[in-house]
Amino acid sequence: MTLATHDVRWGAGGRMIVDGVTLDVAPNRVLGLIGPNGSGKSSLLRLLCRLRRVASGVVSLDSRDIADLPRHELAKRLAFVEQQATTEVQLTVCDVVRLGRTPHRAAFASWSAEDERAVDAALARVGLSERHDQLWHTLSGGERQRVHIARALAQEPRELILDEPTNHLDIRHQLSILALVRRLRLTCVIALHDLNLASLFCDEIAVLHEGRLVAAGMPASVLTPERIARVFGIAVEIRCDEAGHRHIAYVMDHEPGT
Amino acid sequence: MSHLVIGPNWPARLVLAALSLAALIFAIALAVTVGEMAIPLPVAFRALGNGLFDLGYPVSAIQQGVIFEYRLSRALMAALCGGALALSGAILQALLRNPLAEPYILGVSAGASTGAVCVMILGFGGATLGLSGGAFLGAVAALVLVALLASGAGGASDRVILAGVAGSQLFNAATATIVTTLASAEQARGVMFWLLGNFGGVRWPDLLVAAPLALLGFLVCMVHAKALDAFAFGADAAASLGVAVGRVRVVLFATTALLTATMVAIVGTVGFVGLVIPHAARFLVGPAHARLLPACLVIGGVFMVLADILSRILVPQQILPIGIVTALFGAPAFAFILYRARRPA
Repeated sequence: MTLATHDVRWGAGGRMIVDGVTLDVAPNRVLGLIGPNGSGKSSLLRLLCRLRRVASGVVSLDSRDIADLPRHELAKRLAFVEQQATTEVQLTVCDVVRLGRTPHRAAFASWSAEDERAVDAALARVGLSERHDQLWHTLSGGERQRVHIARALAQEPRELILDEPTNHLDIRHQLSILALVRRLRLTCVIALHDLNLASLFCDEIAVLHEGRLVAAGMPASVLTPERIARVFGIAVEIRCDEAGHRHIAYVMDHEPGT
Repeated sequence: MSHLVIGPNWPARLVLAALSLAALIFAIALAVTVGEMAIPLPVAFRALGNGLFDLGYPVSAIQQGVIFEYRLSRALMAALCGGALALSGAILQALLRNPLAEPYILGVSAGASTGAVCVMILGFGGATLGLSGGAFLGAVAALVLVALLASGAGGASDRVILAGVAGSQLFNAATATIVTTLASAEQARGVMFWLLGNFGGVRWPDLLVAAPLALLGFLVCMVHAKALDAFAFGADAAASLGVAVGRVRVVLFATTALLTATMVAIVGTVGFVGLVIPHAARFLVGPAHARLLPACLVIGGVFMVLADILSRILVPQQILPIGIVTALFGAPAFAFILYRARRPA
């Protein structure tokens, strides 16, 4: 157990958005978080990174409450990649990745060889070493997301939290980003919309519905037609191909909500 | 070409620092010699020696007075004011992630002048609070109001500017109401002249207040230079990089309020310096705040000293309010930045 939540609650505007979630993230595995819009995925991820403070319950890292960790210590352990973060500032690719060294550097510390090595390694891992000096604004959506992942890797974390990193990307870039995340061999929690991608790339899947965790476990046991019908309100069939991959097919003669 | 890191390139940095200091000294020397009464530079240096170290050079009493008591303090104040406002603009632009943010546009200057007018005309707080204290409270009130308005309107970074417009209108109206209803005719004329920015009244005691505060503000900003870099992708990104976002915001907003209020209390409201100079500085040294902030201080200082010279010689026999001169440069620059900011996301 590395990252875990125990009975975590959080609300906004008088409404419970995350309502008593208890979840264990297995080390060095990819945990997919799925659920309809408004089910609390993004909020739960932000509670995991302490970007929001839990109303009750505990988020723990190696059995330590993360509320007790200094913020820069947390940032050396755990990194966060947002859905679509952009900037007005004229930055190069390596400038963005270098931001990942922020928690490792004191206020007036100069740039060290170790920082440089971490940045180069991070860029190499996402396959963008040659783009080192390119301006951020000239990158495609998929490349930008890779740079964000490289920035997160430069923090040298053991846990990586990603909030729908494949949103707004074409299917080729969605697949390549998810394949990249799998190759990292970090403890990953990743919010996803596409059920097939979640089932294909995640070791485990947790399903959120109206702020509550309704199921967690292996994709095959979690993603059943009955549960998908209950949580997402759609009818699906699950087919297996020769390679053993499961495909979730939408049944179209059944209109949602009728 | 990488921007966010200062390399181990010490000689280049020293040369740059020396050059910028030279530019500042040159501008101040120019400001001391140019004016209604043109005074040659050697005379100016002798007067400086007399004033600082009592060296007893033969300088006419009038020249001595004009240079030491009037022009030098005025030029140094202009340099401080330009530097402090540019610094405030750079901080606000980074924290609010909006290229148009600066104390004047966000209503901080307007709030500070309302606070100062309250002390000046209504006598709030009396001698204990003082003009600077009143201006500081007004600046903080304006910042808080604009922040509440902006977050109430959805918190997007463009809302901040709209909230700033509303805030500055409100505070300007409050100032105008106080001045028109409660001030004597003579007070009103003085306040109106002061509101447009004016270095004419600056004397050495003003500098003794402003210089330490500006230095303190600059040091606080420099301590947070790396944190400011981390705001490039927003507050959540900064927090996930280990920045204590709440604390940094409070400290730096208070610092900009203090810097702005100090300058407004002494000089009046001067617009657009905080907007234009950070963009010019970013163009010259890149977006890394460890370099950007000192650059803002120096370029803002040089710009304001030159603007002050212009305000004295543009119209013969008359001194223009400094706010008019900076607006002459600032308004077109504002339009240009607005035009560039419309780049599709």
